[in-house]
Amino acid sequence: MYNEKVMDHFSNPRNVGEIEDADGVGEVGNPTCGDMMNIYIKVEDGILTNVKFKTFGCGAAIATSSMVTELAIGKTIEEALEITRNDVAEELGGLPQVKMHCSNLAADALHAAIENYQNKQNNIK
Amino acid sequence: MKRIYMDHGATTPVDPLVVDAMLPYFTEMFGNASSLHSFGQEAASALEQARQQVANSIGAKPEEIIFTSGGTESDNLAIKGIAYRNSKKGKHIITSTIEHPAILNACAYLEKEEFEVTYVAVDSDGIINMDELKKAIRDDTILISVMHANNEIGTIQPISDISKLAKEKSIYLHTDAVQSLGKIPVNVDELGVDLLSMSSHKIHGPKGVGALYVRKGTPLQALAHGGSHERHMRAGTENISGIVGFAKAVSLSDERFVDDAKHMTILRDSLIAKVMNSIDYVALSGHPTKRLPNNINLRFSFIEGESMLLFLNMKGIAISTGSACSSKSLEPSHVLTALGLRPEDSHGSLRITLGKDNTQEEVDYVVDALVEVVGRLRAMSPIAGKMKLN
Repeated sequence: MYNEKVMDHFSNPRNVGEIEDADGVGEVGNPTCGDMMNIYIKVEDGILTNVKFKTFGCGAAIATSSMVTELAIGKTIEEALEITRNDVAEELGGLPQVKMHCSNLAADALHAAIENYQNKQNNIK
Repeated sequence: MKRIYMDHGATTPVDPLVVDAMLPYFTEMFGNASSLHSFGQEAASALEQARQQVANSIGAKPEEIIFTSGGTESDNLAIKGIAYRNSKKGKHIITSTIEHPAILNACAYLEKEEFEVTYVAVDSDGIINMDELKKAIRDDTILISVMHANNEIGTIQPISDISKLAKEKSIYLHTDAVQSLGKIPVNVDELGVDLLSMSSHKIHGPKGVGALYVRKGTPLQALAHGGSHERHMRAGTENISGIVGFAKAVSLSDERFVDDAKHMTILRDSLIAKVMNSIDYVALSGHPTKRLPNNINLRFSFIEGESMLLFLNMKGIAISTGSACSSKSLEPSHVLTALGLRPEDSHGSLRITLGKDNTQEEVDYVVDALVEVVGRLRAMSPIAGKMKLN
């Protein structure tokens, strides 16, 4: 049901784990609906230098989490905010239609982490 | 890579002896059982011998067996056939919340045609609530349908107790024995049922064939109209090779099911014990003892079933899950929900259904794989982290 690229990111997920001193943390989904993602980011000079994830969910949820970390690392905040759910799915070579909505939350989690970072910055100022 | 099949609740490999029994009916004895010439008579004779074998196995008379295309057709014929033929007597049907979709959706269809259906709840082990069942019975109840053993959690229902209730009120009783046939004793008089559904491919027979037992004197309406096959109850040229294969599978299972059930029970209990000993936060769904000898349904906290299934599949292991994420509807298993489990519990469920040819070595391999896969997914899970798991 999943293509090779999705299976690769599912079985060898990139950037799994937490960042202890993360500059921003994003959490989306909930265990009831079957998918929950946490994204941790490290920001230096407006650039995402490190991005990690922890995900509870199906194959698509794990693969999209892995993919979004790859897409985001090295990007500026502005560039990272432009990464969409569709970009993640396209980079993975497509997802089964049924998974497009429920498990494709990784971009949302990334955006939530950036928002969390920006809120912290605003508080410091 | 070695592959391990532990999804026998979904289907089983056809026994080579069954294949041997079927082969002549494709090329040599290919006749139509309705034909009067020798080709037809060979087929008719094979058909009647098969009917006798299936009837013998469940303590029925041959004329009480209607061959069908499988469990789903048998269930539909039982539910709709009784409903349509007895609608002047009443339009109320009772079933349980954990039936197979073939029953639940046949009932849902009848509800659109002004029949009323009461769905009786089960307890947290999956056993039907007898008090609720008693209270559900009305003067216009014509049929009770409760499955013999559940396909997901393996819980075995007290069909003979239900039969006493049904008989007192002269209500027809149907049971879906698709999962129980060949695993535990199935006898229509001991169960006290009027109708009973069977399927061939769950017992090492071919797909596309099954049967409905209909007790003599039970008024039933045919759903397929055409020729006078199957005593006017199921029109269509009989699938002789399939029926012969089904009957062979039934007789093989009659000979060996006691030994097979013992073997599978040992493996089942070994797998459950080893998983419980080596993995934390895991629970068994379904009744601990009133369950099919080959059924294991485990739920692992903090992780999701489809991910487990994919990882196990990469290790050559075939099992299934009740997780919503693996279903086309994205709904969690209706059976696990009926047990009172929250969606987040159902998400981490795995169903392992053993077969007679599984070995202890395979069980040990699966346990090791589960330990690895569960550990890997929990390391990735944000919920497991919060629970301070190792």
